[in-house]
Amino acid sequence: MSAAGKILAVTSGKGGVGKTFVSANLAAALAGRGERVLVLDADLGLANLDVVLNLFPKVTLHDVFTGKATLEQAILPAPGGFSVLLAGSGLVEYSRLTPQVRDQLADIIDQVTPRFDRILLDTGAGISDVVLHAVSLADDVLVIVTPEPTSMTDAYATIKVLATLQQRRHIRLIVNQVSSAGEGRTIRNQLQLVVDRFVAPQLKAQGDAEPLMLELTGEIPIDPLVREAVNKRSLLLTGAPGAPASRAIVAAAARMAG
Amino acid sequence: MPPPTDPSTRESQALNLDAALQLLDQSGHRLPDRRQAGKALWLQAVIDGLCELSSRDPLTGLANRRHFELMLAGEVDRVARAGEPAMVLMIDIDHFKKVNDAHGHPAGDEVLKHVARALQESIRPMDTVARFGGEEFAMILPNCAPSFAQAVAERIRLRVQAMTIPIAPGEKVSITVSLGGAFAPQWVRSSPLLWVERADQQLYRAKSEGRNRACLEQPAVSLVSPEEKGLLFGTSQFQEFL
Repeated sequence: MSAAGKILAVTSGKGGVGKTFVSANLAAALAGRGERVLVLDADLGLANLDVVLNLFPKVTLHDVFTGKATLEQAILPAPGGFSVLLAGSGLVEYSRLTPQVRDQLADIIDQVTPRFDRILLDTGAGISDVVLHAVSLADDVLVIVTPEPTSMTDAYATIKVLATLQQRRHIRLIVNQVSSAGEGRTIRNQLQLVVDRFVAPQLKAQGDAEPLMLELTGEIPIDPLVREAVNKRSLLLTGAPGAPASRAIVAAAARMAG
Repeated sequence: MPPPTDPSTRESQALNLDAALQLLDQSGHRLPDRRQAGKALWLQAVIDGLCELSSRDPLTGLANRRHFELMLAGEVDRVARAGEPAMVLMIDIDHFKKVNDAHGHPAGDEVLKHVARALQESIRPMDTVARFGGEEFAMILPNCAPSFAQAVAERIRLRVQAMTIPIAPGEKVSITVSLGGAFAPQWVRSSPLLWVERADQQLYRAKSEGRNRACLEQPAVSLVSPEEKGLLFGTSQFQEFL
């Protein structure tokens, strides 16, 4: 049994909201607190954690799946003091969730769990079977959302599916690219309002009265240094630790560590 | 038999089709016209007959598992492209073993045939119903919206329940079925195996909740209604997007 929150799925609904950016920098922030952190590229079909971290992996999950490499060989050190398991881009065939992929992914997570304090599953965008499966392997979920209406709508749809299909009762939120302090709280409250009004009755009809709580884990301000770091393919946290966005991510990590 | 007219006909007459023709004959297939033997059209008719034979369950005449899996793979692709709702239903006869034990296997076969006919009569032309194995049947229902899926499953359940099946002169039995259903996730490619597995989980639920009932998986409602959007963006801050 793993402690609650040990395996955290990071998802978003909509793509392009900074999901992988947040995963990588959050991992660095947690590592900075002394945690042994692994980020697993669970976006099997369209992985880009390697791009964000400027890594050129010779060994990927694909090699582990096909028996060409051991798990040991595929766990790589990343800048920022954490470890990564990269999917590589040869995994397009895994964008369809077959029982084999499902079992292999679950198996790998089982094997790495005892060796780390925290495992972040960086999932794909959208609500595909692979994403839902990856999330089902985690004991906590973090949804990344931006104040954009499309992002909020997709985040809401994701939350709804996770609540009804996976009986999630606690979902973390990080609101990325806020333009003013407190905007994250507003968005969290708005999402909670719609959840209470439209999702809660559905859960009750399923015979589950426990409410779904959205927890605001952090808000990250719009910060020109973020774009700079992403373009340089480096971690914001190591490149610009004093940046407002860096400080926000460190605060989010502290909130997660409880 | 007319003399072969061209080399390809001569060549195809060298084929040994005895076993194939015997199979078709035994299964009650109308054999293609003997006088055309060896011609391409005749061969095509033999092949079509064999294909038909290898996709049917001999006892019930329903599609067999092989054909079902083929149709299911096609449906997965169609749903992923078109985003239409679709349901897979797994249907299992309750306490079938008791029928066999009490009345013998011919009675069991009679029950299977009657259930097969009832299922066949409950579906629309675009649906597929198959004998999945033993006393388990499976259905693919394209374009089956979650809002009326429960009613569809109930209709099937009641139809079977209402039947009295003659198993021997003067002897009749009544049986019930349990049903489990799962929807294809829209806009998303799933695997056929996983889809059936999810429906099977619901069937298991129906069995453990007392049988003679239909349990459907809650569909993944990823659509956001205008009402939900209205509330989501209802505050002044988001007015501009309404």
